[in-house]
Amino acid sequence: MFGLKQDWSLDVLPRYFTLDDYESSVPRWCAGCGDHGILTTVQRICRDKQLLPEKTVCVSGIGCSSRFPHYMSTYGFHGLHGRAFPVACGIKSRRPDLDVWVATGDGDCCSIGAGHWVHAVRYNMDMVAILFDNNVYALTKKQSSPTSQIGQSTNTHPKGAPLPPLNPSTTTLSITNCSFVAQTVDWNPVHMHETLKAAHEHKGFSFVRIFQRCPVFSEECFAEAQTDPDLVQLVEHDNGLQVSESGTRIYKNRRTHDPSDLVQAMAVSNQTDVLPIGLLYQNETMPIYNEYSSVGINSTPEDKINALNHQLDRFAI
Amino acid sequence: MSKATTKNGTAQTKPQTIDEHIVEIVCDSGEGAQKAGTLFATISAKMGNGIWTVEIIPAEIKPPARSREGASGNRIRVGSKEMTNAGDEANLVVALNEQVLYGRLSQDAYGPETTILLESVWATDPDANIRDAYTAALADFSARGLNVIELPIHEACSELMTDPRLGKNIFVLGILCYIYQRDTALAKQEIANIFAKKGEKVISTNHALLDAGVEFAIKHIPFTYTIPNMDVTDDQVVMNGNVAVALGVMASGMDMVSMYPITPATSASHYLAGVFDQAGGFVHQAEDEIAAIGFALGASYAGKTACTITSGPGMALKTEFIGLAVMSEIPIVIVNVQRGGPSTGLPTKVEQGDLLNAMYAATGDAPKIIMAPATIEESFYSIITARQLAEAFRTPVIVLTDANLATGQTLYKRPVTKEDWLAPPIDQSDWHAGTPAYAWNEETGISPRPIPGQKGGEYVLTGLAHTPESHVAYNPQANQVGCDMRSRKIAALEQTFTPPKVHGDESGDLLIVGWGSTLGAIEEAVDRARAKGHKVSSVHLRYLSPMEVGLEEIFAKFKKVMTVEINYSDPMGSVAHPRPSQLAMMLRAHLMQEVDFWSIVPGQPLGPNQIVGVIEDKLGTTKPSKKKNEKAGAGK
Repeated sequence: MFGLKQDWSLDVLPRYFTLDDYESSVPRWCAGCGDHGILTTVQRICRDKQLLPEKTVCVSGIGCSSRFPHYMSTYGFHGLHGRAFPVACGIKSRRPDLDVWVATGDGDCCSIGAGHWVHAVRYNMDMVAILFDNNVYALTKKQSSPTSQIGQSTNTHPKGAPLPPLNPSTTTLSITNCSFVAQTVDWNPVHMHETLKAAHEHKGFSFVRIFQRCPVFSEECFAEAQTDPDLVQLVEHDNGLQVSESGTRIYKNRRTHDPSDLVQAMAVSNQTDVLPIGLLYQNETMPIYNEYSSVGINSTPEDKINALNHQLDRFAI
Repeated sequence: MSKATTKNGTAQTKPQTIDEHIVEIVCDSGEGAQKAGTLFATISAKMGNGIWTVEIIPAEIKPPARSREGASGNRIRVGSKEMTNAGDEANLVVALNEQVLYGRLSQDAYGPETTILLESVWATDPDANIRDAYTAALADFSARGLNVIELPIHEACSELMTDPRLGKNIFVLGILCYIYQRDTALAKQEIANIFAKKGEKVISTNHALLDAGVEFAIKHIPFTYTIPNMDVTDDQVVMNGNVAVALGVMASGMDMVSMYPITPATSASHYLAGVFDQAGGFVHQAEDEIAAIGFALGASYAGKTACTITSGPGMALKTEFIGLAVMSEIPIVIVNVQRGGPSTGLPTKVEQGDLLNAMYAATGDAPKIIMAPATIEESFYSIITARQLAEAFRTPVIVLTDANLATGQTLYKRPVTKEDWLAPPIDQSDWHAGTPAYAWNEETGISPRPIPGQKGGEYVLTGLAHTPESHVAYNPQANQVGCDMRSRKIAALEQTFTPPKVHGDESGDLLIVGWGSTLGAIEEAVDRARAKGHKVSSVHLRYLSPMEVGLEEIFAKFKKVMTVEINYSDPMGSVAHPRPSQLAMMLRAHLMQEVDFWSIVPGQPLGPNQIVGVIEDKLGTTKPSKKKNEKAGAGK
């Protein structure tokens, strides 16, 4: 309950935000699309953290999942295909006061935007990046994506995708200055909530890969994992995600993994026979670029004019 | 050997007073000619002369020694009045080998008026091939009518340096200081400044080299010159156009430049990277050209209007983001320091080939503001204006400079800094309830912009067609209205313009129309042609979108109107439908009238004499087909 503290005292907040305050128009995603659940989870975290809507910015590229900002009533930037990361980093660079979320898909992030993805991980700016990984291009109607399964039939590979899928998490883990990688599934809202909450609380660039159902174009990709929980591996540790029993009890397949162990994180995320979910890696000691890029944001006009005059002196004749 | 060969111990002659001279120092890359040239220019400027300097840059970092393509150095035009361009053929050249002269001869940098002071060490080189090449070149230069004076510079420097190659540049500066009667005390002061970080020993060695150069020149050079001062009382600054752009960024109050390395734009960002923190600013080196503008747009969207500085290939890559900035009305300043194109083209060379790219390179209709500073001074002020226009009109502003402005150096009146130039602080007050994100004024297309942090202003910026509320809209009316409003802004800005000034009489036989860095050369050419009795004037355009106003009236008073540009066109009359130069194409479409054109793409700035030739051809006072300019115009 809002404002109610553990000692039963009550803080009366000047502004209190309910879920409604983060909701915008009715999402136009298909019925059964995993994106709906991700959206409500993010909205709940905003509500729980009482994030100021005007200080929150959702940035996306192009694709089904990139419609995400339109369904939040915060500030949003629905930009170009593959280019969410440079924009998000630019927003954060001189406005570290803003809470930045990035919504991107497997095509947007891992294909057309792959170069920016690598560098966004390396910049390690304080933001949450959510990869909506449904193994397919859906908005453009069923083309193979870099994460499509080998043999997966699509309109560009009707006889089946010829190559094994790119693994976004191992890729992210391999990038220098990576600081947070987690995986979750959209059909377990409890686990997803704890994952995104931890990502938001992490200081640095939090990369969350969500195995996301597309009921229209890649239903087969996660169908089995939904009905057979043994195909999901719960990754747990004292330093990992603390997910309540209701979100974990169906999983018998469990693996203890210390999220400070980068080498082991690669091994965990590299498994192809199960979907590992949980915190793969976290390191809050890595340099954060927005701490570098935002130096000087409070300079006064006087500082600026003095600096300019000083420079003009250098060129004076 | 030359006509002016001298013997050691030539008696000092009385200095000849001249209005101006064009001096070049050329050598292999790495021999320090840039430094010597910069020092000579600075000393001359401090003594009260007007200057224009141009770097002579090979495209490679370390081209082979003694190669024609490797010519590296500096051209300094120094005179008793303001210098606005690099001029025509050089008067005096100091060359440290004969091969680099060929590089410059192929660029028409020298003529019969040129005296060349040539390092003679190659005549006795142990390598017979080098000796032969040197001898052959001397004969060739003589046949071309060049006036060559051989000088044993290497030998003289050997007395002071174990590796004389490293000291020749300052020795040459000493020679020039003698010839042009420069103040050696001032020269020593400038040497001390430029070598300040290298310590006392390096400074004293270079002072000795300077003195030795002066002594050497007294013995070997039979002529000296004095160039009277300009009458300038204002404080002056001297810098190149890229530094002027960088200082303009600081002066505009923008505090972020997001860039990716590209010639010839990068030096602007280099300079800023060293000093921007003093103004609280920050240079972001992005992972690529696309990210560079994306990052800048992110910052601009969040209220910190940013700048990205690039060149042709970078513009090509940024095109999609520029379209987004137009569509979603994000202010941003994009500086294109143009180089030769298409593709990788001529990275270090001059061209004005990106005007149509700036104008049209986007899908759909993407109107934006395009400015073209014509001088180094304007390069500074244009950025301040660009930031203000970008924010006032909520649109990208493209500033077109080029390699000529970027690397040329000249003097201009020191700007008197004003706080008004700076961007205001980010507005974080509550947004007016009920005002949509694009509350377009129907007459001007202008709308106030919500900034993240403004309560009640939350909107989702989108590159999709949208309503005033920034809601995605696919209906025919919404798209028409959005396009109308974005276009209206250009028309609204145009309303604020006054017609450009005509240089020369307001009527006549021929009007030359130019834009960008050709201003100095065109106006000097017009002055020379007018002195010869030709009824020619010129007008120079600083805004290309919206186009300058009043052109119909100005053009109507001339029998012929012709653009002069450094970009490609089929010469007029060469084919059935010659492809016009870029400004001509825009003016024809804009004014719906005939506009003639002359343009070439040599990768070089235009010289005033070259343009005089073009003017005379156009006026029919010379035989057009035999002229060098026309041949060049044919692109052969």
